[in-house]
Amino acid sequence: MKALSIHNLKKTYSNGFEALKGIDLEVESGDFFALLGPNGAGKSTLIGIISSLVNKSSGQVAICGHDIQDQSAAAKSCIGLVPQEINFNQFETTKNVVLNQAGFYGIPRKQALINTERCLKQMDLWEKRDVVSRRLSGGMKRRLMIARAMVHNPRLLILDEPTAGVDIEIRRSMWKLMEEVNQSGTTIILTTHYLEEAESLCRNIAIINNGQIIEKSSMHDLLSRIPLEYFVLDVAAPLTEAPQIQGYAIHLADSHSLEVAVDKSLGINSLFQQLAEQGITVLSLKNKSNRLEQLFIDLVQ
Amino acid sequence: MNYYIAFLTIFFKEIRRFTRIWPQTLLPPAITTSLYFLIFGQLIGQRVGSVNGQSYMDYIVPGIILMSVISHSYSNVVSSFYSTKFQRHIEELLVAPVPNSVILLGYVSGGIARGLLVGSVVTGIAMMFSQFSVLNVGMALWVAFLTSLLFALAGFINAVFADSFDDISIIPNFVLTPLSYLGGVFYSIAMLPEFWQKIALANPILYMINAFRFCIIGVSDIDIQLAITMTIMFIVLLTLIALALLHKGVGIKN
Repeated sequence: MKALSIHNLKKTYSNGFEALKGIDLEVESGDFFALLGPNGAGKSTLIGIISSLVNKSSGQVAICGHDIQDQSAAAKSCIGLVPQEINFNQFETTKNVVLNQAGFYGIPRKQALINTERCLKQMDLWEKRDVVSRRLSGGMKRRLMIARAMVHNPRLLILDEPTAGVDIEIRRSMWKLMEEVNQSGTTIILTTHYLEEAESLCRNIAIINNGQIIEKSSMHDLLSRIPLEYFVLDVAAPLTEAPQIQGYAIHLADSHSLEVAVDKSLGINSLFQQLAEQGITVLSLKNKSNRLEQLFIDLVQ
Repeated sequence: MNYYIAFLTIFFKEIRRFTRIWPQTLLPPAITTSLYFLIFGQLIGQRVGSVNGQSYMDYIVPGIILMSVISHSYSNVVSSFYSTKFQRHIEELLVAPVPNSVILLGYVSGGIARGLLVGSVVTGIAMMFSQFSVLNVGMALWVAFLTSLLFALAGFINAVFADSFDDISIIPNFVLTPLSYLGGVFYSIAMLPEFWQKIALANPILYMINAFRFCIIGVSDIDIQLAITMTIMFIVLLTLIALALLHKGVGIKN
C-alpha cells in the first residue's frame, strides 16, 4: 500500500499566488523519503495540505489509502506531523503536551499514559516530564515535537526540517532516532536544508521547485547521475601553481591545498600516481562538498 | 474514533488553564463585585430606596451576578482560543481527527465552566451583603447556563476573526461592557424616559438580566418567555456561524 498518494494537486492562495501547480507523488509504505526544494518552492504548502493545515484548491491526496477530504478522520489517524516551528502550548508541562495530543486522537487515558511514557523515553525526555515546556532547550523542544507526533503510533511521519537550528551532536542523535523509527515500520517523509542529512538517511527523493516536482527517483539513481566528484587535497610542500594533469581539472585553493574535479569514469588512482611523479605528496583527502548539494543546485537553477 | 475523549481533553485543558491563572481569572471578579455591592448597594443604595418593591441591594444582585457570567464566559473563550491560534497549537487539533463541532464544544464548555464558577463566587459574595433568597433555583441556573453558552459562542467567533490582541479586547471593552451596564443591571428601564425605554429594548443583555432577576427575586421589566426564546435563537444562530467559520477554516487555515 502507498503511504502517500497525491494526484494533480493544486493550490492557489487568495492573493493569486499559485503555490502548487499540479503535483503527482507517491510514497511507498516503510520508505524514508526526502522532499527537497529551495525556500518558497511549495514544500510547506504541500505538507500543510497533506496534514490538513491548508485547504487544497484541487486534486486528490490519500494517506494510507484514505482520501483526506472524504475519509478525513481515517486519513488524519494515519499521520503524525513534526512542524518546522515550535507549535506546542509553552505553558503546559512536557508530559501534558504529549498526553493532550493522545487525547485529541481519542486514545483512552490509561493507554495515553503508557504511550506518552514510551514516546518521552524514546526521545530521552522522560526525566523532563514535569518541566514546563518553554523551559526546555531548543533540541529538547524539537524532540518533544517528535514524541508528540508519535503518541498515536502514526503509519506516516512527516518531519519538516526537524533538525533546523540544532547543533551537530543533537542532529546526529536525532538522525539515529529517525532511523530507529523508520526501522520499526513507520514511513517517514523528511524535508531538510541539510542535504547531507537527506543523502545519508533517505532511500527515495523528490525535488520540488516553483510548485512542481522536478525530480523523482531513488537516492542511489540520482547520485549515480553525478558525473564528477570534487575533492580537496592537502599537500605537504607549498605550491605556487596548480599541477597540469590530463583529464583532471585542478585548481590551487591555497599554497597547501588543491581542488580537483574527478570524472567518475577516470577514477582517482591515476591522479595520485601522476601527482607523485611530479613530486607532490598528498597528506589527506576530503570531499569538497556534499554530492547531493551540487546536484540539487544544478537542478533548481 | 472516540470524540468524547477528545472533547474531555479540550475541556479539562481549558479548566486547567483558568484555574492555573486564578489571580487573573477568579480573584478580580471577587474584588470588583465586592466594591459594587459596597458602593452601589450599601452606600448609594440606602439613598435610592426601593426599586419595583425590592431594596436596591437586592435589585442589583442578579444583574451583577449575570454581568460576571457574561464577561467571564466571553473572555475565557476569546483569550484562550486566540492564544491557541497565536501560539499555533491550534495545529495540534487540526492535524488530529477532531471534528469542528468537538473543537467548538470543548472551548465553549470551558467558557461556560468559568462563567458559572465566577457567577458562583459572586453569588457567595452577594450573600455577605444581602439577605436575598432565590425564587426558582432551577430556572436561575438554566438562564445562567444559556447566557454563558451564548457569550462563550460570541467569544469564540471573536477569536476566530481576531488577528491581534487588540482585536480580542475591542468587543469586550467597547460593546460588551457598555451593553451590560445599559442592560438594566443597576436600574429598571421603567426609570428611563419613554424614548430611551424603547432604545433599551434593542439591547439583548437586557432580556437575559431581567430573566435572571425574575428567577431570583420575581421582578422583571421583560416577559421571561420572550427573553429565553430570544436567547435560544441567538445560541442557534451563533453556533451555526461558528461551525461555518471552522468548516471554511477562517482565521485558522490558509
